[in-house]
Amino acid sequence: MSRIAATVVMQFAQLLLVLAIAPGVTGLVRKVKARLLSRHGPPVLQPYRDLAKLMRKEALMAENASWLYRGAPAVILALIWLAAGLIPSFTIDLPLALAADLLVIIGLLAAMRFVQALAAMDVGTSFGGIGASREMMFASLAEPATLMVVYTMSVFVHSSSLPAMASFMLENDVGLRVSFALALLALVMVAIAENARIPIDNPATHLELTMVHEAMVLEYSGPHLALMEAAAMLKLVAYLSLIAAIFAPWGLAPPAAGAGAIALGLATYVGKLAFGAIALGVFEVSIAKMRVFRVAEFLGGALLLGLLGTIFLYVSQNL
Amino acid sequence: MLILLLACIAAKLALGVVGAARGMPVARLVYGLTATLCAVLGVLAVAALVTGGGWHRLSLPLGLPGLSANFRLDALSAWFLLTASVGGATAAIYAIGYATHLAEPQRALPFFPIFLAAIDLVLIADDAFVFLFAWEAMAVASWLLVLVNHREAGNAIAARLYLVMAMAGTACLLLAFGLLAGAEGAYHFDAWRGQKRDAWQAGFIVVLALIGAGSKAGLFPLHAWLPLAHPAAPSHVSALMSGVMTKAAIYGLMRILFEFVGPLEWGWGAIVMAVGAITAVMGILYALMERDLKTLLAYSTIENIGLVTVALGLALVFRANAMPGLTALALAACLLHVFNHAVMKSLLFFVAGAVHVATGTRDLEQLGGLIHRMPRTATLALIGAASIAALPPLNGFVSEWLIFQAILSAPALPQWALKFEIPVVGACLALTAAFAAACFVRAFGTAFLGRPRTPAARDAQEIGTAMGVAMALLAALCIGSGAVPGALLGLMGSAVQQLAGATLPRESLQVMWIAPFGLERAAYGGLMVLLFVTILAWIIIEIVHRHANPRRRLGPAWDCGFPDPTPAAQYTASSFSQPLRRVFGTLVFHARERVDMPEPGETRAARFTLSLRDPAWAGLYAPTQHALGWLADRCNRFHYLTIRRYLTVVFAVLVVMLCVVVVRQ
Repeated sequence: MSRIAATVVMQFAQLLLVLAIAPGVTGLVRKVKARLLSRHGPPVLQPYRDLAKLMRKEALMAENASWLYRGAPAVILALIWLAAGLIPSFTIDLPLALAADLLVIIGLLAAMRFVQALAAMDVGTSFGGIGASREMMFASLAEPATLMVVYTMSVFVHSSSLPAMASFMLENDVGLRVSFALALLALVMVAIAENARIPIDNPATHLELTMVHEAMVLEYSGPHLALMEAAAMLKLVAYLSLIAAIFAPWGLAPPAAGAGAIALGLATYVGKLAFGAIALGVFEVSIAKMRVFRVAEFLGGALLLGLLGTIFLYVSQNL
Repeated sequence: MLILLLACIAAKLALGVVGAARGMPVARLVYGLTATLCAVLGVLAVAALVTGGGWHRLSLPLGLPGLSANFRLDALSAWFLLTASVGGATAAIYAIGYATHLAEPQRALPFFPIFLAAIDLVLIADDAFVFLFAWEAMAVASWLLVLVNHREAGNAIAARLYLVMAMAGTACLLLAFGLLAGAEGAYHFDAWRGQKRDAWQAGFIVVLALIGAGSKAGLFPLHAWLPLAHPAAPSHVSALMSGVMTKAAIYGLMRILFEFVGPLEWGWGAIVMAVGAITAVMGILYALMERDLKTLLAYSTIENIGLVTVALGLALVFRANAMPGLTALALAACLLHVFNHAVMKSLLFFVAGAVHVATGTRDLEQLGGLIHRMPRTATLALIGAASIAALPPLNGFVSEWLIFQAILSAPALPQWALKFEIPVVGACLALTAAFAAACFVRAFGTAFLGRPRTPAARDAQEIGTAMGVAMALLAALCIGSGAVPGALLGLMGSAVQQLAGATLPRESLQVMWIAPFGLERAAYGGLMVLLFVTILAWIIIEIVHRHANPRRRLGPAWDCGFPDPTPAAQYTASSFSQPLRRVFGTLVFHARERVDMPEPGETRAARFTLSLRDPAWAGLYAPTQHALGWLADRCNRFHYLTIRRYLTVVFAVLVVMLCVVVVRQ
C-alpha cells in the first residue's frame, strides 16, 4: 500500500516540479543569450515575475472572441502539463507514464497544437491565421520525423513506453551507436522547430512577417496570456526532458528508490535542464533565422535522419 | 435471430414503398421507423457479438428459380452490421429534422430505407448471387439518392460517373467471384472457404477484388467518383455513403482476402499496405486543397479508407508469417477504425448539412464566425474535428494508436522488404495524421471561427432539435469510445478471432487502459488522459479564478495595431493551406500561383490565379477517356458503309471463321 502511495506522491511531485521549473529554464536560456550578446539581460527569475504580473493585469479581449478563445489557454496548459508530467524527469517511478506511451505524449502535443491553432483563428485577424497555418505546416513534417525516432528506439528497446526505454538504456551497456546519434539529432531538430526557436522562429521577435508562435498568441493578454506563456515554457521543458529521458537517462531514480537516489535524480535533472538551456542559448545566438519555406527542408532533413537511423540500426543488428 | 434480422431488413424495404407517398408526416414516420429498425438491428448485432462463436444461417427460397438465397450472420458480419446500424439510426434521426429543409424531400424518402436494407443484405449475404444483387441494389439506390438534387450543376455528371465506376467495380467483382467459384461454378460462399488455389489465380482474385471493392471504398486512384458523388447527395445520405457504404466495400474486401482466397503470400499484404498508405496521404492532401466543406469531408473519407487498408495489409503480412497475435492486433485496429470513422464522419457530414441549412452554402470562404450563431453545432463540430484529427482522448486516436503499435512490431517480421517498407508506411501515416489535423483546423477555423465573411453567415440560425440530437449522440460516441476503447475492442473479440485465429487478450483491455502487449511494452489510458486533462484544466481554472485579476475588458482586435474592419482581410481556407500547398502541392498537384499586378498608375485590380492539376484525372482518367473516344471514332465508320462493303465485311468474317475452324481441327 505504501508502495502505491509512494508512486502517487512521485507522480504529483513530478507534475509540480515541471510546472515550477519551467519559467526558470526559459529565464536561463534568455540569460545565456543575453550574456553571449554582451548584454546583462534580465535575471533568470524574470519569467516568474512576468507571469505573476500578467496574472494581475486585466484581460483585454476582442469584441468577437468566443468561448473557445477564453477556454483554450487552460486546455492548452492542461494538455502540455499532463504531457510533461508523463515524461520521466527525476524518477522512472511514474504510475501515469505506465498507461501512456510515447505515442500518447506525441498525441497530447498534437492536441495542444490543434487547440492553439484554433484559438489563434478565433478572433479573425490575419496574424492569427498566418501563425496557425505555418504552425500546422511545420507540424506536418515534424510528426513523421518524431515517429521515425520512436520507431528507431522501439526497434531497439521493444517498447514504446518511456519508463521502459529509460530503464533499458540505464540497465544495458548500449554503447555509442550511429543510429542513436541520428535519432538524437532528428529529435533535437524537431524540438527546435516545435518550440519555435531560432532558426525556425524567433521567440523574441515581434516583427510581424516572421513570427509564428508569437502570431498565434498575439490577441491574448492578462491571465490568458500568462497561461499561454506558461504552456510554451512547459513545452520547452517537456522536450528537454524527453531528450534527456531517452538519450541521457543517467541519474534517474529507479522504482522504490530511497531518498538519496531521488535527490540524485533531482540534481541530475536540474543539471540536464541547465545544460539543455545553455546549449540552446549558445545555438540560438550562433545561427541566423531561416526563411519560412526553408523550414520544410530543415524538417525534411530531420525526417531523413530519422529514417537513416532506423536503417543503420537494422544493418548494425544484422551484421 | 437471423429471421428477426431479415424481418427488419424486409420492413425497411416495405418502408421504401411507403416512402413513395408524399407529405411531411409520412417522411417523419418513415425516418422514425427506419431509425427504430436500425436500432433493433444494432441490438441484434451486439447480441450476436456477445454470444460470439454461434453462427446463424438461413436459406430462403428466393431469387433464381431452383436456387435458394443464403444468409449467414457471423461475428464479422455482426460488427459491420453494428457500424451500419449506428450510422443508419443517427442518419434517420437527423433526417427527421433535415428533411424539412430539403427542396424535394420526397425524392430521397423511398430510397433511403432501401439503401440501408441493401447495405444490410450485403453484410449478411452468404452466396455470390445475393451478395452481388445486394451490392448492385446498394449502388443503384445510392445513385438515385445522389440524383436527389439533380438540378444543381454538376450533380448529374457526378451521378453518371458514379454509375460508370460502380458498374466497372461490380464487373471486376463478378470476375473475381467467377474465379473463386472455379470450374464447378459453386456459388455458395461455404464452397469457397478453405479451397486450395494456384498462386497466380489467387493473385488475380486479389487484384480484381482490390479494383472491384476498392473502387467502391475509394482507394487511390479509383476514388475519382467519390468526392463528386458523396457531396452531391443530401447530407444524411452523404453521411451514410461515406460512413457506411465504404465500410461495406471494406467488408467485401476482408471477406475475399481473409476467407475466400485462402492463404496469401506476404507480398500481397505489402501491396495492400502500400496502396493504403498512398490513398491516405493523397486523400488528405486533396482535402487540404478543397474549399467545399462536403467535398473536403469526402476526401477525408478516402484518407481514412487508406488507414483502414494499411491496417488490413499489416494483418495480411502478419498472417502470412503465422503471427496470430499481431494479426489480431492489426485486425482489431482495422475494425475499430471502421467503426470510429463511421461515427465521426457521419457526425461531420451532419455538421456540414447543418451549416448548409443555416447559411445556404458549403463554400468555406463564404462562412466564418458560426460559433457565435450556432454554438451547439460548433461544439459538436469541434468534437468531430478533433476526433478525426486523431487527438487523444477521442476515438480517432485509439485506432491510429493501435495501427502504430502494429507498425512498431514490424521488426519481428523476417522479410527485409517489409522491415523497410513498414517504417516508411508509418512515416506516411504520421504525415497523414498531421495533415488531418491541419485540414480540420482549417475547416473548423474558417467555417466556425473568425468573423462572418458573408451576410448569409452573419444571419445563420441554430438548427432544430432532431438534427442536434443525432449529432449529440455521435459526439457522445466519439468521446465514449475514445475514453473506454477496451469495451469496443472486447466486443469485437469474436470477429477478430474468426479472421485471425487469435484475439487481443482480455486482461489487456481494461477500463482505464488498453495494453495489447502488456503494460511494459505500450499502453494507452484513454479514460486516464480524459480524467487528468479535465482535472488539470479544472485546477488551472480554479487558480485563475482565485488569484488572477478577474476584470475583463472588450475592445477591438489588436492585430498589431492595424485591425482591418473588412472580414475579407482574414485568413481564408485557401491562404491557410498555402504553405502546405507550396511545400507539397507543387510536386503532387502541379500547383501554380500567378499574381497579376497592375502597373503603377493603373487602376484595375490585381489578380491572383491558382491552378491545380488532379494527378488521378491527368494520369488515368483523361488518357482512358481519350483512348475510348479514339476507339469509338474508329468504330464509328462501320455505321456508314455502303451495302457492298457490309457484304464484303460479312464475307471476310465468314472466311476467317472457317479458317479458324479448319486450323483448330
